Formats: sequence, structure tokens, C-alpha cells
Amino acid sequence: MGRLRTLAGTAASVPITLFGLVLVTFLIGRVMPIDPTLAIIGDHAPPDVVALVRLELGLDRSLPVQFGIYVLNLCRGDLGRSVMTGNPVTDDIAHFFPATIELATFAIIVAVLVGVPLGVLAAVRQRTRVDHAIRVFCLAGHSIPIFLLGLISLLVLYAKLGWAPGTGRADVAFQGMVPTVTGFLTVDSLIAGDWDSFWDALAHLAQPAGVLAYFSMAYIARMTRAFMLDALAGEFVITARAKGLSPLRVIWRHAFGNIAVRLITVLALTYAGLLEGAVITETVFSWPGLGQYLTVSLLDADMNAVLGATLVIGVTYLLLNLLADVLYRVMDPRVR
Amino acid sequence: MSSAAVSLRDWLLTDTPASQSQAAWGRRYRLWRDFRANPLAMGGLIVVTILVLAAGAAPLLARADPSAQDLANRLAAPSAAHWFGTDELGRDVFSRLLYGGRITLGMVIAVVLMVAPVGLAIGCVAGYAGGVLDRVLMRVTDVFLAFPRLILALAFVAAIKPGVSSAIFAIALTAWPPYARLARAETMTIRGTDFIAATRLTGASATRIVFLHITPLCLPSLVVRVTLDMSSIILTAASLGFLGMGAQPPSPEWGAMIATARRFILEQWWVPTIPGIAIFVASLAFNLLGDGLRDVLDPKQR
Repeated sequence: MGRLRTLAGTAASVPITLFGLVLVTFLIGRVMPIDPTLAIIGDHAPPDVVALVRLELGLDRSLPVQFGIYVLNLCRGDLGRSVMTGNPVTDDIAHFFPATIELATFAIIVAVLVGVPLGVLAAVRQRTRVDHAIRVFCLAGHSIPIFLLGLISLLVLYAKLGWAPGTGRADVAFQGMVPTVTGFLTVDSLIAGDWDSFWDALAHLAQPAGVLAYFSMAYIARMTRAFMLDALAGEFVITARAKGLSPLRVIWRHAFGNIAVRLITVLALTYAGLLEGAVITETVFSWPGLGQYLTVSLLDADMNAVLGATLVIGVTYLLLNLLADVLYRVMDPRVR
Repeated sequence: MSSAAVSLRDWLLTDTPASQSQAAWGRRYRLWRDFRANPLAMGGLIVVTILVLAAGAAPLLARADPSAQDLANRLAAPSAAHWFGTDELGRDVFSRLLYGGRITLGMVIAVVLMVAPVGLAIGCVAGYAGGVLDRVLMRVTDVFLAFPRLILALAFVAAIKPGVSSAIFAIALTAWPPYARLARAETMTIRGTDFIAATRLTGASATRIVFLHITPLCLPSLVVRVTLDMSSIILTAASLGFLGMGAQPPSPEWGAMIATARRFILEQWWVPTIPGIAIFVASLAFNLLGDGLRDVLDPKQR
């Protein structure tokens, strides 16, 4: 019962955090010294036009009233209009977000496939050269600026070796070839049965996803190592060894089987962190996702778009953290 | 006779310290010995020291004025005259790196000085007071934790004005919550101990207990956290610079240097790559140092 109650407590805190999130985003939008009206109509508009636009934007009302209107609009899914694209920000986000999710999802798959075995290996070979080498390799991934890694990989894999197809999501020849169903180019091309498009999309995805994966792998490998050290010291592992089970079986079946649940929590947190790395990766690789939308809008001082993207990323981040918390509490019987 | 023969090392390592300060120094020496045994951490410490010295002595070490242009000699490859080559305006990259180190380390120090005391105070007060105050403070912390760091910093900088000082404020705004969380957790375990109860019985006020007895005990884990965080502050600052939201050109901030030199990656690859390596080295050094400190100061987390 205690478990259910803490779960309910976590769930109850979400609306409050969400409200805070919206309030912070709103306030950021209002503290700016750039007048939002001028961003729309320019510096040289006559005063009566300025007054009219201010009225239209509701800027003549008090701050709490403006916030109320902002929240009401938000509930209707209205984040305002982007000055840059001319579209409602909600539509823009719906258009760009799938590309980011596709990128982050592939990145986390790669990160798990590499990071988990590395973490297990480091734990099994604790305090040997292997362990130190893995530690440095992972710390390097955590220390390297993601834009440097992206630029170097573009230089080497694309420009020098010609192995990677370069920037963007698809070659010009394949752009707009498959009908959009899910917004994930790899999935959509499979649905359409277009194998050429699929391979092209996958090839474009591989490089930015690899760069992003290296960045997040460090955390996965480090946590895997810590959990494994814990598990390997457990009495059930000693028992399993004493029974004469093969080392591989003890490591993967007994020790790793025990930490899998805790690792899932780590994955949810890592995925949330990927959203941040995606912003820079997308900028370097001209990947048309939410991150690039955000940075382009930033440079244009397109505040509706900036705040909309910030809010969406914040909410996604919050939900993923919540998911991690819930998974941990529900699936691990040791947590009470 | 024997007291003269006692070496400093024996004095430090004695099992029967004669004074409080001897015991304290002995503890510090033991920590240092543990730390020294870790080659990776020592490497981190050495690199950090070199970086700090190089940035501090930038005017002495620089081989040219970091903003002196030499258009006849632009995008030159590394040579004896220009150790790291020149950039698109013929400025000496080595000198710019040195001065850029001042900006980067300055930003890191400014952020840490703002964030660590605030986070520590909020966390200790929340943890000790409990109740409504704790819940309110932790809700606020949760809201700021709910944004990915770089995203909130970007939105904040965009709203004020791109530049070094807004970048510092933006990073500080996003960096304090983990410290508050950490200090709160530590405080809650310390709060229940006997020596705090004893202090309370002597009539010490809550303020006195929090700031004189609890805060010092939170410091070791805070130091570890700060060191590890420095690498992430360096990366965030450089990312802001790279995205055009941090230090503005012609400032020799490392991230901004990469942003302006980015278009030369295919022909003169060293121009954007060298500042990137500087960021990498600085960030890795702080990570290694923090990792080693954690092993020594916080053995639970090993």
C-alpha cells in the first residue's frame, strides 16, 4: 500500500511542476527587452499600428491576465504563430518533432548496444586496465563537445572517406518520396515498401545518431558498471558460482538479470538527456528536427517558436523523468 | 632526541595526534595519499592546474595580440611562428586560446560562486526545516530541474540578450537545483544524529545549527559535485557560444571561435578543431579530477 501511496504522491506533484514549467516559460517570454510587437512589424511602424498590434497581442493587460490567456490558449493547443514560418507554432512542432524522436530513439538503441556490454565488462574486470580504458573512453564521450564530434565525423566520414551521406534527413532525390504516416522517415518508407528510401533514410540517420549515442553512452555504461558491481557482490552470485555455473551464465543470467529493472530507469533518464544533445547535433547535421527549429528561431528572436519548443521539450523531459520514477517504484520490489 | 627524528610524514600519520590540528592535517594527508594513488585523477589535477596557470598568465605567454589581424596570413597552418595556425582574419589561434581560457574559466568560476552557496543554503534550510517550507522549496527545485539545462539557458539568453553575462546568469539559473537536492539529502541524514540533538539541547538556534554544524558536513559531497559540474558548465558555455547565444565574436571564447570557423572545416580543419580540442581537454580534466575526488571524499558512491 505504501508503494501505491508514494506513487500517488508522485503523480500529484506532476500538475504542480507542469504549472511551474508553464509559468517559467511565460515569464521568460515577458522579461525580454525586445518588444514582441517590434519583432512582428519592424522598427519603423507608425505608432497607431504599434498600438493596434499591442492590443491584438493582449500586451495592454495586466501580467496575471496575460498569463491566464496564455494558459487558456495552451489548453486549446494554441502556442501562437511563428514569425519566421508564418505557421501556428503547434503545427511547426508537430512537423519537426518526429525527426527529433527518430534521431533520439536510434541514438539510444546504439548507446544501449555499446554502453551496456562495456559497463558489464568494466564491472567484471574491475580495477584492471580494461576497466580504466572503458572509464576513460566513456568520460571522453561525456567531455567532448558534441558539436566538435559532429564536425570531425563530418570531416572524416563524409568529406575524406565518403562513407557517410552527409547532412540532412534524406538525399534530394528521395525527399518527399514517401507519404508521411508516422513522421519517422525510416518507418514511413517501410510502410510504403520503398526500400531505396529506407536505406537512404537509415544512412542519413546513422551518423548523427552515432554522435549522439557516444554522448549518452557514458552515463549508461557508468551506471551499468555500478549496478553490476553491486550485484556481483551479492550472496546469490556467490551461491551461483559455488554451484559451478559457467561464469558467463552467472554474469548475464544471475547478476545482469537482477539489474535490468534499474537499468530501464537509467534509460528513461538518458533519453530525456538526449533531447538536449539533439539540439546541437541537429544544428551541426542540418537535421530538420525540433532542435534545429529552436536554434533557428533563437537567432531570429522568434519568441513564440522558442517558447513553444522549450515548453514541449520541458514537458517531454518531465514525462520521461516521471516514467523513470514510476518504473523504478513499480518494477523493483526492493523499493518501498 | 626522538622528537627531532620524527619526520613530517610520521607526524601526519600518527595514531595518537596530540592536537586537533595535527589530526586534521593527518586526515588531509591520508586523503591526498589516496588521491595521489589514482593516476587518472592526478592527470586531471595536473591539466586543470596548467589550464588555470596558462589562462592567468595569458598576457605573458601569448605570442601575439589575440585581436591583431593579419589578412595576408589568414588561415595559415600551424608553424613555428603560429603554433596553432591563424584564423580567418589572420589572428594567432594560440594566443586567442589563452585569452579564451580566461573567459571560459571565468564563466565557470562565476557560475559556481553564484550557484553553490545558493543551492547549499536552500537545500540545508529545506532539509532541516521540513514541513511546508521544505515542500515549497523542493517544488520550485523540481520546476527548474524539469527543463533540460541547455534548453532553459537558451530560452533565457534569447529573452535577455546574447552575451557572456547573460550566459552566466542563464547557466546559474539552471545549475542550482542539483546542489539543493544534494544538500537536502545530506541534511536529512545529519539532522537525526546525536551530536545535532546534543547541540540543540545546549540551546543552539536553528540558524546556528544549519550554518555552523550541518553546512560544513555537506561540503565534501558538494566539492565533488562542483568539480564534476565544472565540466558540464564548460560544455554548456561552449554550446551557447557555438549556437551564437553566448560570448559574441570577436571574443576569443572557445565555442564562439568554433562557430565562426566552422565553415572552414573541410579545407582548414585545424581552425575550428583546435578550440574544440581545448574545450574537450578542459572538460575531460575536470571530469577526471571530480571522479578521483569522489573516490576519495565519498567512498560510498564508488
